[in-house]
Amino acid sequence: MKITIETVEHVANLARLYLSEDEKAEMAKKLNSILEYMDKLNELDTTDVPPTAHIIPIKNVFREDVVKESLPREEALKNAPDKERGFFKVPRIIED
Amino acid sequence: MEFETVIGLEVHVELLTKSKVFCGCTTEFGGEVNTHCCPVCLGMPGVLPVLNKKAVEYAIKAALALNCEIAEFSKFDRKNYFYPDLPKAYQISQYDLPIGRKGYIEIEVNGKTKRIGINRIHLEEDAGKLIHEEGKSYSLVDLNRSGVPLIEIVSEPDIRTPEEAWLYLNKLKTILQYIEVSDCKMEEGSLRCDTNISLRPKGSDKFGTKVELKNLGSFRAVRRSLEYEEKRQREILEQGGVIMQETRRWDEVRGITIPLRSKEEAHDYRYFPDPDLVPVVIDREWVEKLKSELPELPDARKKRYMEEYGLPAYDAGVIIASKALANFFEECVSLYHDAKTVSNWVMSEMLGILNETGKEVEEIPFKPHQFVKMLKMIDDGTISGKIAKEVFKEMFETGKDPETIVKEKGLTQISDEKELENIAKKVIEQNPKSVEDYKKGKEKALGFLVGQVMKETRGKANPHLVNKILKELLS
Repeated sequence: MKITIETVEHVANLARLYLSEDEKAEMAKKLNSILEYMDKLNELDTTDVPPTAHIIPIKNVFREDVVKESLPREEALKNAPDKERGFFKVPRIIED
Repeated sequence: MEFETVIGLEVHVELLTKSKVFCGCTTEFGGEVNTHCCPVCLGMPGVLPVLNKKAVEYAIKAALALNCEIAEFSKFDRKNYFYPDLPKAYQISQYDLPIGRKGYIEIEVNGKTKRIGINRIHLEEDAGKLIHEEGKSYSLVDLNRSGVPLIEIVSEPDIRTPEEAWLYLNKLKTILQYIEVSDCKMEEGSLRCDTNISLRPKGSDKFGTKVELKNLGSFRAVRRSLEYEEKRQREILEQGGVIMQETRRWDEVRGITIPLRSKEEAHDYRYFPDPDLVPVVIDREWVEKLKSELPELPDARKKRYMEEYGLPAYDAGVIIASKALANFFEECVSLYHDAKTVSNWVMSEMLGILNETGKEVEEIPFKPHQFVKMLKMIDDGTISGKIAKEVFKEMFETGKDPETIVKEKGLTQISDEKELENIAKKVIEQNPKSVEDYKKGKEKALGFLVGQVMKETRGKANPHLVNKILKELLS
């Protein structure tokens, strides 16, 4: 078992996911089976295969540096659960 | 025990593109809150970022000017963390394949050139701005800055003193301003700096435990905070204590660093390649083209000023530190025969008045040719050097032509020998004591008499002539 319950808890915490004990156990099992599959893939000799950075064989997709119109502020804030004076309003972030 | 300080700097610089790095919103500073936003930079689901070509080019130019190797193959990765200024909950950045690597900056320390390595330069997007109002139970978010292109420049831990850190920053800023990829205005947040600092026993090649410093609002703050932190760590180590690895915040008012509450697991960013963006392949032709577009860089310019114009290293260094000032200087030199005279005026009067008024070179209201006209008026005896300073000040305030100022204020130098002789006679009559002193061999007394003539003429007398006339009258 590569993935322990502690690893699941750590990753879940980073992702702000709250899992029950049962879910943690299930998640550990599933993640382990994924890693086992990776181990299987690792058996393949890929010495001469360049690493994949992207699955689509396209490169250099650019836009020119041209300013386009932004959204009206009401639109930008429309889905915000809370707002004030044109700002998004969020729980206080303590800086120090 | 003797300790050695080890400092590394991380500098974030906003690029001068017109639009953001992955969408077409403007990058303009200021503006009404949340009006430079679109679904892409607001992090709406289902949107796709498209890379701004200019941002890539600016990053490559910066990497070239900082002597980096340019990646032939580069890509973007997601840096994952939760913070309200980051609507997607990940920042698009570059992890293992940054645009530039292995560069350096050269600084002058005690007359010697020292090379500070640059580990990497990568391109990423800026986050929004958080506002914490006093006594409120909430924070406010403005996403105008979200998605503005940034380059992050990471130095090697080659810096040994707070002064070197300061020199490195100044040099970096000058280079980036020269190549016009950023305006580097710390007060507008377009240049930001974090530092890390550790101490180790002198001669050791292992690094000590490092402390990261944040909230550095100026180059001066960078220097002062490093000086403070160097002393703090040395005192702990000398007493046999250990340094905690932590992030500390610089308190500008109190002049101390304070530990920030350390967030557990804060540095587990789980980078992975961003599937929304395809790789960037930078061929040599593209690099060569951008290289050919680079202007003369500060170091080369300084060397040229010393060799071509015979300026002392110090003067050349001061003038080239600002591209605008160097351009002004050079335009003057192209119109005037004596570069040293121009340099002297720039170094004393011009920098003096800029300092005094807190103005930028770009705000100087007169043109180089007007300034040169003033220098020529000194040469042909129309005004004295002393009066010229008055004229210069007036030019700076009003932008008027020196001839106009001289005419309006009646400042033309008196070179009429007859007129000066009359005044000199009067001065001699009124100062018998000085005359006597001079005749007894006190050279200084002559200076006093010259001064009196100048006073009589409100500084307009030609001092060389006055000298000559007085000597003749007293001999």
